[in-house]
Amino acid sequence: MELFNQTWNLFKKEILLEWRSKYAFNGVLLYVVSTVFVCYISFNLTPGFTGSTGYPVVWNVLFWVIMLFASVNAIAKSFIQESKSRLLYYYSIASPQAIILSKTIYNILLMSLLSILALLVYLLFFTNTIGDPLFYFLSVLLGSISFSTVFTMISAIASKAGNNGTLMAILSFPVIIPVILVLIRLSKSAMDGLERSLNYGNIGVLCAINVIVIATSLLLFPYLWRD
Amino acid sequence: MKFIYQTWWKVLAVVLIFYTLIAGFLFHVPTLPILHETIRNLYFHVPMWFAMLAVFVISVFFSIRYLNSGREEDDLAAVECVNTGMVFYLLGLVTGMIWAKYTWGEFWSGDPKQNSAAIAFLLYCAYLVLRNSIDEEQKRAKIAAIYNIFAFPIMIVLLFILPRMTDSLHPGNGGNPAFGKFDLDSHMRIVFYPATLGWCLFALWIATIRYRIRLIENKRNNIN
Repeated sequence: MELFNQTWNLFKKEILLEWRSKYAFNGVLLYVVSTVFVCYISFNLTPGFTGSTGYPVVWNVLFWVIMLFASVNAIAKSFIQESKSRLLYYYSIASPQAIILSKTIYNILLMSLLSILALLVYLLFFTNTIGDPLFYFLSVLLGSISFSTVFTMISAIASKAGNNGTLMAILSFPVIIPVILVLIRLSKSAMDGLERSLNYGNIGVLCAINVIVIATSLLLFPYLWRD
Repeated sequence: MKFIYQTWWKVLAVVLIFYTLIAGFLFHVPTLPILHETIRNLYFHVPMWFAMLAVFVISVFFSIRYLNSGREEDDLAAVECVNTGMVFYLLGLVTGMIWAKYTWGEFWSGDPKQNSAAIAFLLYCAYLVLRNSIDEEQKRAKIAAIYNIFAFPIMIVLLFILPRMTDSLHPGNGGNPAFGKFDLDSHMRIVFYPATLGWCLFALWIATIRYRIRLIENKRNNIN
């Protein structure tokens, strides 16, 4: 109960801070929109691209690549933006599990909102027919949850190791590749409108990866924050 | 830690590996289409991965122990186990690629098992880069230990779970039979199990030697 209260209060604090500045949200949203627009212009240099046979494959893969980089950028900030003294204050009033949980939940919320908006913007520029919109939507949500859980822990590690972006990328990409492989498979079959029951295995793998990552974060973060 | 200074298991490792070399090439194996004599690669390719897994498991054990105790020796043991594991990882990959050339037709055909193995390699390369990016010893040891524990379950998912769910050509994955199905008279088992044990012990031996070298270096660098 103690843990729940602390997590809830820290989570409210995260939202409040974000609401005051709206920096992370707007920044990443602008990042996504710019990237989508750059891709749109670049791909339209080739006439007839939208009608070509590879279009649906490129459409799906491009969306996930954009989301991958957007989420790395969004979540890399979650520990770096905190000043050292403020972190020290949190650690004196809350348990480390509450800190990592609140950060993870906040990032899940942020990424879910962002990926829904990104999907809408993406659909606006790159028109495509999705066979099973509800299931595609579900895969996008699952994707943002998985990105958040993995990147929150990695950004905690990277922020302890000198805050550089290279390290964040090196550490997170091997971990995120299996996730993104499953996601692309899942969303592609949702796009093609295949039978839903074929994908329960993929959803199971994603949930299992998330459970493993959250469990290891909860176990390992208490060792990480102590300096 | 008395175990690492004893001789008997090192002798056992050498005996088992020599037994594997002789028995692996001379004993009877089932005759199968496509595979033919390449099935003998089982005695050399699979034990490499088991050896890698063994030292990685030991490395995770020492990382956990480091987080609890904070002793520098545990950190050294963990990193030297990972270093040794990387060598066996490469050997496993190379033996697999040579085998794939003769059975699948290409050294690298983008099979899910191969791709997963490549990603797992990046995962552990990242561990080594992370270690080198921090100068302060205790902080480096702690963060490296945390990442090591974090990476291990992901490596397991990559190498042993994801390829099983896809249409990998690798034996034992994607509905393909592993050697147990054809080895009805257990001829292969009497070579395979000793080979696995022998290479695991050999990997452990290399790791302990490296660990002991690091201990000596540490002692010499100490300011008394």
